[in-house]
Amino acid sequence: MTSTMSEAPARPTLAVWKFASCDGCQLTLLDCEDELLSLADAVDVASFPEASSAVVAGPYDLSLVEGSVSTAEDAERIHQIRAASRRLVTIGACATAGGVQALRNFADVNDFLAAVYATPAYISTLATSTPISAHVRVDFELRGCPIDRGQLLEVISAFLARRRPTISSASVCTECKRRGTVCVMVAHGTPCLGPVTHAGCGALCPAYHRGCYGCFGPMESPNTTSLIRQLRVLRMSDDDVDRVFHTFNAAAPAFRDAGGRS
Amino acid sequence: MMPPKPPDPPHEPPEQVPAASSPAPPPATRTIAPPPLTRVEGEGRLVIRIRDRRVEQAQLRIFEPPRFFEALLRGRAFTEPADITARICGICPIAYQMSALAAIESICGIEVTDPAADLRRLVYCGEWIESHALHVFLLHMPDFLGVDSALELARAHPRRVERGLALKKAGNEIMRVIGGRSIHPINARVGGWYRAPRRADLTALRPALEQAREIAHDTALFAATFDFPDDHVDAPFVALHQPGIYPIERGRLATTTGLDIPPDEFGDHITEHQVPWSNALHATLTDGHGQHRGTAIDDSDADGAGDGTPPHDSGSYLCGPLARFALNAPWLAPAARETATAIGLRAPERNPFRSILVRCVEMVHSADEALRIIDGYTEPDEPALPAEPRAGTGHGATEAPRGLLYHRYTTDSAGTILDAKIVPPTSQNQRAMEENLRRAVERHLDLSHPDLTALCERTIRNHDPCISCATHFLTLHVTRG
Repeated sequence: MTSTMSEAPARPTLAVWKFASCDGCQLTLLDCEDELLSLADAVDVASFPEASSAVVAGPYDLSLVEGSVSTAEDAERIHQIRAASRRLVTIGACATAGGVQALRNFADVNDFLAAVYATPAYISTLATSTPISAHVRVDFELRGCPIDRGQLLEVISAFLARRRPTISSASVCTECKRRGTVCVMVAHGTPCLGPVTHAGCGALCPAYHRGCYGCFGPMESPNTTSLIRQLRVLRMSDDDVDRVFHTFNAAAPAFRDAGGRS
Repeated sequence: MMPPKPPDPPHEPPEQVPAASSPAPPPATRTIAPPPLTRVEGEGRLVIRIRDRRVEQAQLRIFEPPRFFEALLRGRAFTEPADITARICGICPIAYQMSALAAIESICGIEVTDPAADLRRLVYCGEWIESHALHVFLLHMPDFLGVDSALELARAHPRRVERGLALKKAGNEIMRVIGGRSIHPINARVGGWYRAPRRADLTALRPALEQAREIAHDTALFAATFDFPDDHVDAPFVALHQPGIYPIERGRLATTTGLDIPPDEFGDHITEHQVPWSNALHATLTDGHGQHRGTAIDDSDADGAGDGTPPHDSGSYLCGPLARFALNAPWLAPAARETATAIGLRAPERNPFRSILVRCVEMVHSADEALRIIDGYTEPDEPALPAEPRAGTGHGATEAPRGLLYHRYTTDSAGTILDAKIVPPTSQNQRAMEENLRRAVERHLDLSHPDLTALCERTIRNHDPCISCATHFLTLHVTRG
């Protein structure tokens, strides 16, 4: 089953790039404690500023991009990175959907300006936080806040084997069923975004007796209207529904358009 | 093709590097402005200007884009800061969750008791191990062994790096078992936890933690053989303080200048300032300094004397492992005290290069403390106390791996957040780091440019700055585009 890279002339080069983010998704790579050293044998880590002072010039065979675009400089930089990358994979909710910082996209700008500050002129930022795919072509998007370690290894392995990653775009519900977790919404009346949320976390929250809060963003074809009807039955207010959809993947279209008044 | 070059920070003034064809520059004018820092969390760079053998400017420029957490928390429910503020930092999400919960629970008028409180200390021990091991092995150790990364280190010392990764994994495993996952754990809630772990799940962690304690001790012995450049931080130390207990998830706030206050007086003694070269606010200890809230300081010449020197008493202070160790060393676990004794580490330790030793000692302590908590754990009947919204203001302070992390929230009677303030350790340390940088340059002016540049980078890396944490606290200025 495993593909051998022994005949390849050189190890593929890997680069890791950071935009507006918490560092957690690139940290996921360093959290592959059991696999990190074998990974470093399989790929040439050419640019990964958080982990290494050595920076090798591009082009890069695979670029992993963490974070969202929220400054004019970053909107420029992502084009340079795309041009230097054979394959570009975005990792995490910031890079695929703008992240929690995309809540600014929906704020009344005047509210922000009215807030207390000393010298706003020192700071430069765009009015929006946008996913990488709003700026350049993306070869694959890996979801999650944060991404799942196993899925990251699958994406890198698939790249090394020159195949598409096997990543389910079904809902968290399928993972609950596989895990054998009793449905928290049906059995306990706990509101849960599992029916509309992209799989990948392994259905963690329900396993901890908590409703899913959607940190992997929308699944492929989510029926948010139907779910919202059920969330109201479970006594969530309009504001509650707005907030639960508008958090870590607020700018993902299916969650952006869902809300208590929709 | 050239690798993409990160942009200069917004508003960064053009570098004053004389063109080659211009008349000869003053003989001793130098600018040290290396590319952005590597092996730190987040995006920043150093700019140092030297004229006539005097350091005119020593700046840590933070250009990581701000994410405005304090603004976006307004209007959210009192149940949400633990999940939302975790996203400030993937390396220390537990610290954000615990400071947020402490603040919110004080508004609700509840105090989490054991075993739920013990679980919070336990999961925090996991985060200290994970974060310290990341810094010690992957970020800091390469400096002492003359390599660019731990991956390169692994070629010369494979066993050392493998054991370091095993130590890091032991910390992550505690976070995974209690929190569901190690990055942005999902189990912490106002009042306690969504689900308490089974006793068997925790005891299964014992072998890895016993090994972690041993690896941390061995690493301390190994690190003690490193060549430590001379250095000395003069700034006061600030850490939580709880006589009898090495502080992690609670305590009063103490300083080496004699201050000892509850966390809700944080704002009376510590002031934040905006400086033009950083997207992170600076903090100063205002106790007795007569400084005012909200002052914007325009350059490093903050004493106004016009001579480019830092003010005599700048209000800088340092939090983090050196500060915790200085203020609390007697309350380390016996195993950690033995490690410190074995490597000749005594409190206070004021050489930041030797902070790697303190991190090793704190990892011994964390593993030992985790084992103690696991052995005493009984499963609670209910994982959480009921928590009702209340109007009020609450303060929370805990010891993130990098130092003191303060949160303050104000809520209305429905539990909606009206105001939020978050002061992370790297923000607080910025001024002390810059002063440390200035002194390091002053003392080593005769080094070659590459050697002095490397020394400057090491001087910053010693403090384990987390720039992702530090940056997200400024109000939005909109550039349309």
